[in-house]
Amino acid sequence: MPRYLLIESRDPFDSNDVRFCCDLAQQLAAAQNEVTLFLVQNGVLPARSGARSDDLARLVGAGVRVLADSFSLRERGIDETRLIAGVEAAPLDVVMDALVEGAKVIWH
Amino acid sequence: MADKKTITIAIMDAPYENARSTTALRLIDLAARRGYNINVFAYEGAVLQPFSGQTPHPNAVHGRSVEEENHFIPKDAIAALMRTAENNGGKIDWVNCGLCVDERGAGNAIAGVRRGSPADFWQMAEASDNTLVIATR
Repeated sequence: MPRYLLIESRDPFDSNDVRFCCDLAQQLAAAQNEVTLFLVQNGVLPARSGARSDDLARLVGAGVRVLADSFSLRERGIDETRLIAGVEAAPLDVVMDALVEGAKVIWH
Repeated sequence: MADKKTITIAIMDAPYENARSTTALRLIDLAARRGYNINVFAYEGAVLQPFSGQTPHPNAVHGRSVEEENHFIPKDAIAALMRTAENNGGKIDWVNCGLCVDERGAGNAIAGVRRGSPADFWQMAEASDNTLVIATR
């Protein structure tokens, strides 16, 4: 099964095109690909419960693995235990692992 | 090492302007600690990341000396990453886009940085296990 890692570095409060990344992730998952969305930098902001997190909840429901960079969470004072359901904190190693394992890794 | 991994990362951001630079350096650090070979293609403003003219400064507003300010200097971080890679059996091949360098007068870079072109990026990507492009927009 083809594997994709999409990296979202932007937040929906600043960029209108964050939804593009979510839509792409959902479409790739619907096409039987293994898809992970990795949130980094301000991209972690919607992982907070209630913070325009509908798109992320939709992705979790669609079978996309959604991870939030632990470092970015700590930088912003976001408690890893208070993320929306289905989103997990993870180290940046996830990106390096995906690269060496041959996943298609796309930065946004 | 037969299974040594090689990763290519393209960056475009000038220093001190965006968190993408921090994330890029974090990724390079991870690869260096793992002993991977890392190709970096610096395009546009990113050619200033290893610019040797970067200088730490005091902070007169807050009354702090150079030492107290402990300013982050990207060229020093990159040099440290190169040492980390070598200490772990890997290597960082850092290529600055030559035309981008000329446009910005950024010819003086730290040791270990070489001049190249987008053709180098293509060749590095071809020879790598994988490539990540960290674009500005």
